[in-house]
Amino acid sequence: MAYTLEGRTGTWEVVCGLEIHAQVISESKLFSGASATYGGAPNAHVSFVDAGFPGMLPVINKECVAQAVRTGLGLKAQINLFSRFDRKNYFYADLPNGYQISQFAHPIVGTGQVEIELQDGTIKHIGITRLHLEQDAGKSMHDQHASKSVIDLNRAGVALMEIVSEPDIRSPEEAGAYLRKIRQIVRYLGTCDGNMEEGSMRADVNVSVRKAGEEFRTRCEIKNVNSVRFVMHAVETEAIRQIEVWESGGEVVQETRLYDPSKGETRSMRSKEDAHDYRYFPEPDLLPLVLEQEWVDALAAKLPELPDEKRRRFCEQYGIPFYDAGVLVADQATADFYETVAKGRDGKLAANWISGDFFAAMNRTGKSIENPPVSAADLGALLDLIADKTINGRIAKDVFEEMVETGKAPGAIVEEKGLRQVTDTGAIDAAVTKVLADNADKVAEYKSGKDKLFGFFVGQVMKAMQGKGNPALVNEAVKKQLG
Amino acid sequence: MSIFDLTIAGAAKELAARKVSAVELVTAYNGAVEALNPRLNAYITVTPELALAQAKQADARIAAGNATPLTGIPLAMKDLFCTEGVRTTAASKILEPFVPQYESTVSAQLKAAGAVMLGKANLDEFAMGSSNITSGYGPVENPWKRAGADAKLVPGGSSGGSAAAVAARIALGATGTDTGGSIRQPAAFTGLAGIKPTYGRCSRYGIIAFASSLDQAGPMARNVEDCALMLNAMAGFDVKDSTSAERAVPDFCAALNRGVKGLRIGIPAEYRMDGTNPEIVALWEKGISWLRAQGAEIVDISLPHTKYGLAVYYIVAPAEASSNLARYDGVRFGARVDGVDLIDMYERTRAAGFGAEVKRRIMIGTYVLSHGYYDAYYLKAQKVRNLMLRDFTQAFAKVDAILTPTAPSAAFGLGEKMDDPVTMYLNDVFTVPASLAGVPAMSVPAGLSAEGLPLGLQIIGRHFDEETVFAVSAAIEKAAGFTALPEVRAK
Amino acid sequence: MSLDAATVRRIAKLARIRVEDEEVQTLQGELNAILGYVEQLGEVNVDGVEPLSGGAQMALRQREDVVNDGGIAGKILANAPDRELNFFAVPKVVE
Repeated sequence: MAYTLEGRTGTWEVVCGLEIHAQVISESKLFSGASATYGGAPNAHVSFVDAGFPGMLPVINKECVAQAVRTGLGLKAQINLFSRFDRKNYFYADLPNGYQISQFAHPIVGTGQVEIELQDGTIKHIGITRLHLEQDAGKSMHDQHASKSVIDLNRAGVALMEIVSEPDIRSPEEAGAYLRKIRQIVRYLGTCDGNMEEGSMRADVNVSVRKAGEEFRTRCEIKNVNSVRFVMHAVETEAIRQIEVWESGGEVVQETRLYDPSKGETRSMRSKEDAHDYRYFPEPDLLPLVLEQEWVDALAAKLPELPDEKRRRFCEQYGIPFYDAGVLVADQATADFYETVAKGRDGKLAANWISGDFFAAMNRTGKSIENPPVSAADLGALLDLIADKTINGRIAKDVFEEMVETGKAPGAIVEEKGLRQVTDTGAIDAAVTKVLADNADKVAEYKSGKDKLFGFFVGQVMKAMQGKGNPALVNEAVKKQLG
Repeated sequence: MSIFDLTIAGAAKELAARKVSAVELVTAYNGAVEALNPRLNAYITVTPELALAQAKQADARIAAGNATPLTGIPLAMKDLFCTEGVRTTAASKILEPFVPQYESTVSAQLKAAGAVMLGKANLDEFAMGSSNITSGYGPVENPWKRAGADAKLVPGGSSGGSAAAVAARIALGATGTDTGGSIRQPAAFTGLAGIKPTYGRCSRYGIIAFASSLDQAGPMARNVEDCALMLNAMAGFDVKDSTSAERAVPDFCAALNRGVKGLRIGIPAEYRMDGTNPEIVALWEKGISWLRAQGAEIVDISLPHTKYGLAVYYIVAPAEASSNLARYDGVRFGARVDGVDLIDMYERTRAAGFGAEVKRRIMIGTYVLSHGYYDAYYLKAQKVRNLMLRDFTQAFAKVDAILTPTAPSAAFGLGEKMDDPVTMYLNDVFTVPASLAGVPAMSVPAGLSAEGLPLGLQIIGRHFDEETVFAVSAAIEKAAGFTALPEVRAK
Repeated sequence: MSLDAATVRRIAKLARIRVEDEEVQTLQGELNAILGYVEQLGEVNVDGVEPLSGGAQMALRQREDVVNDGGIAGKILANAPDRELNFFAVPKVVE
């Protein structure tokens, strides 16, 4: 079902593309040796180069180039062996040089594609237009002083990847799914931490609306939206605004808008209007960036398995449903946890345990996959105890809770509490005999045709055995004695 | 013989032989600066105490036996090189209060060689000019006079303060920078030798940028040998400059005595421009005959796009400058003029801080890069620039070096050629092509005009073949026997 | 192509240089003289010619990813025309 919005004049379709700014994980900045670490005392992570002092020159960081290439490979995109840096000229207090070094005409990564999955299970492909490297700006703060804005350049010069999508996105849901997917990919690759709260990932959202079958109409760019939820909401609210403009006989003007999460609306940023002639030209302080195919191939060879491939492999290798596999590959750590548990065991059982009891325990205890309530090895050992029939599934749940509580290994708990499953048919038969004798009236009812009571007898036997009876053997013994 | 008659090479010998100490030499130069600078305005900032302290260190180094040929040599530093703890202005009011906390690579290398800095030499504001009249700290007077006349002449530009200081002997040598002729033209106007090395030979780190793809540092001195000595210390690969060439620096002094026998010297037809001063043409002919007489083969060549050089230059250089100078916004360093808001502060700061020529170039540069004009101006200029590089590449397939005049005239009077910017720009017509192609080029004093003013010849070489440039320059120098001295000088 | 007064004002605005009304005409004349001069490039046939953007003809050298700079806030702020603690300070920006 395509997403549409109903206006007074008919049905509207939303057209959206995202420009995602992802901060590159590196030790030092894109063009200087100052630390790229987030935070720090004001202007502590700043070199003369970052602060745009006279005579200072940029020297590119090899790791930032590698990170961009890895990301490009992860986006199934073309890697451009020849790329070049350009200057984007505009004045702003936190832009020290009066220009940003970016890649305009020749980006390092060309077209690619990512796969997103929607709530209803639909798979859709979103085109990547390009990815380029550029410098981040510093930070202006306007609320620290009554009459002044103050500037911290710690972030100035940190490497960013700008990932530009095609206008293939057609709904807030798709926008959210796309952003999450990009975040998942860069996190898998270790090229960006995807932390939207700290601003290491942020999105500019281009939105326009149109009626079915029309060409694209004028779009607006909503700057610096910093969460998945805000992106989804910004798309919707901006689309609604534009529909109202068109339907009231007006014209949407191409402009930059700001999303205000507190008011849930977008508003025009007129202050940026006259700065729109960026006068791009090739950065004369740098030479063209020329990469060797062998070097790119070496990076490709060391690329980790990406979520889509991993998900398909999990389905095939462990025989789990596509949906479950999607949950397990959401992030690298969960996927690794799952594989540690599932390897050499029943993959389906492992998946059920992780998405069931394990996630529940994680949420309940406020722990994380990096610091799990039960280690993968212990969970695996628990599954082994089920598999070799040491304990049954019912007891396993109790053992698991004990593991969460005490951190003890499952084997120790089973021994300590004497939870071993009873497979001794003599003991089982004796228990069955006693239960049937104690419930002679029920036995009579059963025999007169009340079949449903079979379960009752099994339950009573298990209860009598403190849950430790082997369920299959108990079943068999009850059936036999009932004749 | 006066101490001021020494060249760098000569002074180095005297210092090594302990006939004079660095402190004596520098003290004499400090005195000469104090006496003549108020008139010539060759220095924006003088640093006599620093110079003396460096001279003492130099003497200690000489005594310890680990001196270089530049140890104890008093030099003028163009005020475009950032010097740690010493005010650096680029001759602009916008940098009047600026004291760098870092040192340019070239000045650091000279320091490391033991050279002494007398002060920061005047220049055209941000190196934009050919006469030193655009300096925010007043024009520089050329120590030379027309015979029998007292009119003040310009020293050329933009390294006019460096040129005047060395010519008037208030520095033994000086650093310059050359973007379209800023070392060669003032050298020619003041009877000095000066070389713009290959783009990438000297690090640009710490040199205040005018046009990044053209700027190149080089020495200016009384003769070719002194330039070689200085360039030996100034040149070299620098990891801090991405355009710096990762290649070894040869000993340029070793090339001086190579001679020109068997070298093919190209004479480009396009440099015979209509209206060029006949004296200049005659001097060029002389230069040709000197080289031929010393065994060089003279080859007529063509550099077909020469006439477009200035037009390319006056698009490319302002475009880069408009961007390079955006950082002067009154936020992190330099002068600030308050405004009602940030934009108003920017506009007032830049209106007050930049002089007229700088503003013009920023505006031209802004325009040629602006939306809708980029292709017609900037892109077109870059393509023609490529054709000019091709001209040189083709010529250098046939010849080893090229000989041309340095400038279309001798030094002109202060206040002349001021009718419009373009007239002034024409000064660079012979020097700009080598800058655009990035090839090394040197100006050597070769004779005097009828009015008694020095004239220079330019020797252009292949990329990174400064050695041939030095060899040919030394040959011209030897044949020219230029010994004339300016009227205003330390004696 | 020749600049009109409005374009001169627009360029000045882009370049963040305050231009007084009485300066516009002079600037317009000077800028047009320069543009008039460079017009001659129109004669040159550049079909198939690549633009040459830099003076150096080599590939870009890349540095290793190590932190060897920064930690010099005092020096970074030493020339600041205005500062608040270790921040640069400018007139308040209203977004």
